[in-house]
Amino acid sequence: MTVRVRTLDELLTPPAAGSSALSTQEYFVNMGPQHPIAHGSLRLVLRLDGETVKEVIPVPGFVHRGIEKMCEKLNPRQIIHLTDRLDYLSAVMNNWGVAKAVEKAANIETNGRIETIRTLMSELQRIQSHMLWWGVLGMDLGAYTAFLYAFRDREIISELFEETIGARLTMNYVRPGGVMFDILPDFQEKVKKLLKYLGPIIDEYDTLLSGNVILQERLRNVGVLDGKKAVALGCTGPVLRASGVPLDLRKLTPYGRYGDVEFNVAVGSKGDCWDRYYTRMEEIRQSMRIIEQLIDSIPEGPVNVLRASARISIPEGTYYDQIETARGVLGVMLVSDGKSPSPYRVHFRSPNFNNLWAVTALAPGWRIADIITIQSSLDLVIPDIDR
Amino acid sequence: MTATSLTYFAIAAAQGAFKNVTVSERTAQAFADGSWILAIVYIVVALGGLAALVTLSGLVLIYVERKLAAHFQCRLGPMRVGWHGIFQTVADAVKLLLKEDVIPEKADKAMHLLAPFLSMMATVMVLGVLPYSPILQITDINIGVLFVTAVSGFGVMGILLGGWSSNNKWSMVGAMRAGAQIISYEISATLALLVVVLFSGSLSLAEIVQSQDAGWWIWRANGVGFVSFIIFVIAVTAEINRTPFDIPEGESELAAGFHTEYSGLRFSFFFLAEFINMFVVSGMTATLFLGGWMPFHIGAWAGFNGFMDLIPPVLWFTGKTSVVIFLIMWFRWTFPRLRVDQLMYLEWKVLLPIGFVNLFAAAVVVLYNLYPFPILVP
Repeated sequence: MTVRVRTLDELLTPPAAGSSALSTQEYFVNMGPQHPIAHGSLRLVLRLDGETVKEVIPVPGFVHRGIEKMCEKLNPRQIIHLTDRLDYLSAVMNNWGVAKAVEKAANIETNGRIETIRTLMSELQRIQSHMLWWGVLGMDLGAYTAFLYAFRDREIISELFEETIGARLTMNYVRPGGVMFDILPDFQEKVKKLLKYLGPIIDEYDTLLSGNVILQERLRNVGVLDGKKAVALGCTGPVLRASGVPLDLRKLTPYGRYGDVEFNVAVGSKGDCWDRYYTRMEEIRQSMRIIEQLIDSIPEGPVNVLRASARISIPEGTYYDQIETARGVLGVMLVSDGKSPSPYRVHFRSPNFNNLWAVTALAPGWRIADIITIQSSLDLVIPDIDR
Repeated sequence: MTATSLTYFAIAAAQGAFKNVTVSERTAQAFADGSWILAIVYIVVALGGLAALVTLSGLVLIYVERKLAAHFQCRLGPMRVGWHGIFQTVADAVKLLLKEDVIPEKADKAMHLLAPFLSMMATVMVLGVLPYSPILQITDINIGVLFVTAVSGFGVMGILLGGWSSNNKWSMVGAMRAGAQIISYEISATLALLVVVLFSGSLSLAEIVQSQDAGWWIWRANGVGFVSFIIFVIAVTAEINRTPFDIPEGESELAAGFHTEYSGLRFSFFFLAEFINMFVVSGMTATLFLGGWMPFHIGAWAGFNGFMDLIPPVLWFTGKTSVVIFLIMWFRWTFPRLRVDQLMYLEWKVLLPIGFVNLFAAAVVVLYNLYPFPILVP
């Protein structure tokens, strides 16, 4: 298979005449890399006819740090420390993704306590991530208050992480063969208190933003992504599920403790921005359900099955494993030569990279303001795109 | 002055015994009397008062907005500069004054420099005709309502010019949005305002206030007054580019919209104009629908009415204006913003037909003295 690489110059066709009866012309404009909508540095080249979007060309790469290349010089335990810089809102889940792949490759068996703690932390992080997305969506649509409400409540989860893990954003917690630290004695009590607090808070979010007529007008029927197109684009996570495809690795190939708990996969019917919005709101509630079921049944046992200094040797071969992060499927591919402690090649299949290209399919025909809505509903984290 | 005479004064003022005396009339009288110095003092006081009003209301409103926003959002807002941060806006103003004034190289310089002043001027001119109290009004034009509509429409020139001369595509889009939006919503605002003109039978703002002696138009106009009040508030919120109608700025869409390329003092002119505009439209709403400086009276409750009369008219005006300002700020910190086509839909297909029907109904009510609802205040 050959892949033809096209440059931006090739993609940019000379502006055509506009559709208006007046003598008008289409024009190009850069949205980003320095633009309030680009939460990070993402450049979108827009071809516009007045307010109407004709074409969107994403130009990623401004936050490229060469993480995959760096991983080739590090041993599996060190790789963990780079993964939280991929999708910084799913740090623990990214850690887990690599740990899972390494454990599969090196045949490491973990115990129930480790898996439960990992699951709990991941779900807490999913709630936290979706909360931030909710606030940012509000801010993008002009409702700044939502942003600060989200941050107010996110703070409680951040403090919980800070206590246990020592970091609030770039958390290195899950590692091959266990987790870094055990949970504190009052962790369960605090999580229960948090759940009690979150229930009414999520309902408050619904009253503040979900029921708002302007928000509904802005989201409903905007940027409809049908299931087939979503699969073709490689979208995963809430974006894909909102289009009616119930792909959730937690349900499909249960890992951690997901097989032991009851929860529903939130699925949309239409694939418009509103479905993506409500899928995530529902996922927060489902995550709360999962935590509720697990918080009282954390088994006893060590939190590490390996000594901290134990060498993790991956036999020669190619290994792939995947995990459901807050934004979709994070795939980790490891190629090992069997000799060196560090992998020969590491590749991350990041959910945001694939979700980003949905913008190109969804935005044309809509207004400038809808690009913001669509991009916000895709919930992109730019560093995960560029890696 | 004893308490009895104060009460007498207040009651007399409320009953219209004290006719409006504007500053311009006083000046003319002083000229006629030949006391040049007094006339000049009046002019200086009027101009100084306007300048003080612009500066003060700008500073106060920006502070109030920040504090209100903060408390809507479960935080404290400015707390460091002065008691509860009351000097924060002063500090910010000084910072803006000291900032470099950047003009883009490819910008149309003359227009770029002119635009903020046009925006500001339109706003300040309206302040001159607002009746703040029976004795406090710079000048009362007999076509006051028309003047206000015409002059506030002038403000869009500044925005259009600013966006166009910046030579920036985002600014341009913002300016075009502003032009379409402000001109469209002016129609609804004017239709709503005409209802009050029909009922009061005058275009002079002072006379419109006087006509509400027996009750404010918001409820005395038998329902149509309330409808036009709502239309007016929505339309003026759009006219002054406040959320949910702030698409000309739309900071998440257009960077900063029409003032993307402005910095320092010139930016602060646009910024200040926005806040003074809020004061102006709230003052207009209070004048037209809420009785301006008239105190709140309930039918034959002489005791209650007498007590209300004790509150000076300026405070009544300020209070009513503040309520409307609070409403507009509340909108901003609650609602997301509309999309450009939804905005146009709201105006041309919703507000405008309702406005026309409402105006027609008002005309019928006034012409045939039809009063389907009992008049609350005789």
